[in-house]
Amino acid sequence: MASALINVPKRAKRGDVVEIRVLTSHIMEPGYRRTAAGDVIPRNIITSFTCRYNGSEIFRADLFPAISANPYLSFFTTATESGTFDFEWIGDNGFSQTASAPITVE
Amino acid sequence: MRTAYAIIALLLAVMHAHATEIPQAQRRSGYSFMSPDSKAMQDDDTSNPGMLWVLDGEAIWNKPVGTANKACADCHGDATASMRGVAARYPAFDEALGRPVDLEQRINLCRTERQQAPALDYESHDLLALTAFIAHQSRGMPIAPVGDPQLAPFLAKGRELFMQRQGQLNLACANCHDDDWDKHLAGSAITQGQPTGYPMYRLEWQTLGSLSRRLRGCITGIRAQAFSYGSPELVELELYLMSRAAGMPVETPAVRP
Repeated sequence: MASALINVPKRAKRGDVVEIRVLTSHIMEPGYRRTAAGDVIPRNIITSFTCRYNGSEIFRADLFPAISANPYLSFFTTATESGTFDFEWIGDNGFSQTASAPITVE
Repeated sequence: MRTAYAIIALLLAVMHAHATEIPQAQRRSGYSFMSPDSKAMQDDDTSNPGMLWVLDGEAIWNKPVGTANKACADCHGDATASMRGVAARYPAFDEALGRPVDLEQRINLCRTERQQAPALDYESHDLLALTAFIAHQSRGMPIAPVGDPQLAPFLAKGRELFMQRQGQLNLACANCHDDDWDKHLAGSAITQGQPTGYPMYRLEWQTLGSLSRRLRGCITGIRAQAFSYGSPELVELELYLMSRAAGMPVETPAVRP
């Protein structure tokens, strides 16, 4: 499965507020559903997302069972310097996924 | 003479009963019935979850499989050129089978005959991904049925099925999607049932799904026995729906509520 869709502006002026949008592929099984046989389908969700801007954390979110499959997050930050955004998703069953996107600040 | 008038009156009445098909100028994609939020989700490739499948489909396209150890790309090359417009003219007639096949069936025929790999299950991730990747190459192109005369009897059957009342609710597809598409069913728009964006990401499904899945859902909704995946009836219905939507742009992967 393709890992993630990332939308970060490639360029920004110093001091600009930029929007970052990330979408990752995940089933987000809430753990409350049952199979036709009555067995509980075990919970399998992403529990945490973090975004680092040149190494320092700028955004963190906890995710819960009510969040839809393939969760989409949008948040804002101030463009201060050129560099990289690193994204990390952590979840049940040892799920871990990373992605990154560069930005040039002029 | 009186009998002749009676026959003419009867004919006019019959014609009127069949004159419910949507005029060309009034045809609307399901997209136009959606909220601005859902439209924005489809319009931006980084927020459209269907793009996850398109990207996966591209990887599958280039990966050799089966005992022939061939990838789709080994025969078809660059999909952006070779697959452009293909989804816009499917289902298409298959000479060997003597009947129309939809895109999913064509992919599986290619897999079993050319790649000598096992067929992919309907609604499996890989089949949806490949179908989405191929159909995505036609995005923006008008749906263009080929008008193959061999398809005519199947098209007629599909149309007949669309008009045929069935199930415990005794509804035909046409009763909602030709007659009442400007109304609502509970809070939801009924829509015209134009198959412009398949496979599509349906928010209710929380995943990508094929036109067959959508049709089966609708058939279950009118409390009729749904046709099996890959059944001739579903392909004939798809064929009719595509001819009904001729000229409308392909949106794959669409997002729908």
